[in-house]
Amino acid sequence: MGKKSIETLVGLFVLLGVAALAFLALKAANLGSLTGSDSYSVQARFDNIGGLKPRAAVRSAGVTVGRVKSIALDPKTFQGVVTLDIERTYNFPKDTAAKILTAGLLGDQYVGLEPGGDDKNLAAGETIAQTQSAVVLENLIGQFLTTTADNAGSASGAASGPTK
Amino acid sequence: MNYAQRLGTSTLDQLRGWGHAALFFWDMLLAVPASLRRFGLVVAQIYAIGNRSLVIILASGLAVGFVLALQMYYALVTYGAAESLGLIVNLSLVRELGPVVTGLLFAGRAGTSLTAEIGLMKAGEQIAAMELMAIDPKARVLAPRLIGGVVSMPILAALFSAIGILGAWVVAVKMIGVDAGNFWSIMQTQVDVWRDIGNGVIKSIVFGVICTVVALYQGYETEATPEGVAYATTRTVVISSLWILGMDFILTALMFSTP
Amino acid sequence: MNDTPFIEIDRVSFGYDSRRTILSGVSLKFPRGKVSAILGGSGCGKTTLLRLIGGVHAATSGRVVFDGDVVNTRDKDQLFRLRRRLGMLFQFGALFTDLTVFENVAFPLREHTALPADMVRDIVLMKLNAVGLRGAAQLRISEISGGMARRVALARAIALDPELIMYDEPFAGLDLISMGVAAKLIRTLNDVTGATSLVVSHDVIECMAISDFVVLMATGGRIVSQGTPAELMASTDPETRQFTRGEPDGPVKFHYPAPPIDADFGLSAQALTP
Repeated sequence: MGKKSIETLVGLFVLLGVAALAFLALKAANLGSLTGSDSYSVQARFDNIGGLKPRAAVRSAGVTVGRVKSIALDPKTFQGVVTLDIERTYNFPKDTAAKILTAGLLGDQYVGLEPGGDDKNLAAGETIAQTQSAVVLENLIGQFLTTTADNAGSASGAASGPTK
Repeated sequence: MNYAQRLGTSTLDQLRGWGHAALFFWDMLLAVPASLRRFGLVVAQIYAIGNRSLVIILASGLAVGFVLALQMYYALVTYGAAESLGLIVNLSLVRELGPVVTGLLFAGRAGTSLTAEIGLMKAGEQIAAMELMAIDPKARVLAPRLIGGVVSMPILAALFSAIGILGAWVVAVKMIGVDAGNFWSIMQTQVDVWRDIGNGVIKSIVFGVICTVVALYQGYETEATPEGVAYATTRTVVISSLWILGMDFILTALMFSTP
Repeated sequence: MNDTPFIEIDRVSFGYDSRRTILSGVSLKFPRGKVSAILGGSGCGKTTLLRLIGGVHAATSGRVVFDGDVVNTRDKDQLFRLRRRLGMLFQFGALFTDLTVFENVAFPLREHTALPADMVRDIVLMKLNAVGLRGAAQLRISEISGGMARRVALARAIALDPELIMYDEPFAGLDLISMGVAAKLIRTLNDVTGATSLVVSHDVIECMAISDFVVLMATGGRIVSQGTPAELMASTDPETRQFTRGEPDGPVKFHYPAPPIDADFGLSAQALTP
């Protein structure tokens, strides 16, 4: 086997490897979307971020417009401070609301943006004023139980009402 | 008393063996710059180690991809999560099966051939002849093979994972009928380039170093008899495999412990 | 004409590990520019002596002197310079099986010199011509016979025109013609190049025919006798005579040490008497 042919085959081998890595990185992972357009950061404060994780999607009307960059705890107000990276092509009004929603019944959590009606847009570094925290299962159950108890109470109250 | 003595000596022997192997590895590392200047030798070794392993790696990758897709489908469909099939297959391959299975196959195919080659060269006094010709056998014979192994392993592991994913796609989308769009899009959003693929590449580099060093050391230290060479090739496969599995556990714990 | 010995072994002791001593307190002087033969049975340390001269191992005690310099195995530069001046012919050739005959002989030239390719080609063909194998230059190592392999190895050993050529069992396993060829080559090379040759062998007849100086060694690295071939052939020392005449029994016993035969076969004087 001549020296030149060995060198060619090895070159091909290395090329195949690089192609495989490129395929994995671009088609099978998120490199494509990571190196997308520029983004600007805004912040949002939540009482409870639930299961939100960094790199979760930020969506508006179901369309992904950005990613959660980081999550931290404000030591003074003890609120969760979420930094969002939104793509520069999308601008949202100043009174946009941010909610933590769940994709599907048991899916991952993401940040949903509902635009308001303000003329002025959110600029980089500003904070979204209106937020809705994630739904916590225990609170939901607690709510359900108290509502049921109230309903039962008012029903029995109504039942015993007219007799008075 | 006798048992304790024997235990003590065998432990000391084991430690001495590891120390000897570590020094051997160090000597080879020192010889790497010199052998890089003889790039033709390195290229020839990449051919012998990497190119020649392509068939088995690609075939195994494809087979593993097929089977993973099938098995995972049966498991996921009961929870109505069949659409995450692409994601599960990808993560299994890129994080674990790619580096580990490629490493084990590599130890079996390339490792044993390296051990036998070096062992027979030593038996035929080729290494001694080189030394007496004032040519450092570590630079001319061993280091090019080390570089060849370390370069080939990540390439082979990436090819294994890539063809595995393609194989899974064939089974999942073409044969079972999972939605093609979801297959790729869920994968693309959830698999992280640096964390998943990057760590997988790091693992395969580590395994490449381990397998190649073990293979070369066993060949270099073997007895110059047919039984000696046979024993050495067995040791190469066993020791490489144990190290790969052990390091895989440690690396996985280090890399993937925080979600 | 420089009269100092080219190689001097000065009270050298050596063993591969602490249990087996191969050489104990051996002292030898090998004359410059001559063919010296080291004879002896298997396991008497002849090959080990060559390895010590080449700096492969370090003597446990004593000194090995190479052309006036004490061989220091820890000094890599000195070893490099020393090995550039020597060529060694291994018992079975130790040729590089992945290269052709030509490439094997060219190997030391390519590694140690920066000579242009056509000069390398000329030198290689000249060396192959000296051993009679110029026509075999393009053959692969798997295609040549054992005798040819040894000649190729010799061509490779002399590629850099060394001052010391060491031969490890050059006659072992060869037919008479090949043995004659090998002996002729060793002697001619030595005379033509002015090198010093050390031949390690069992083969008494061939060695006596071509050597100027002969050393006979026994197990344990002991020197039995040394001198010119004529002196050894005429020696009255029983050990020397047994070796040079090839007698099966003598100071070197035929039987490996064993208990008395009666014990092994269950025989005794009483059982045999009717």
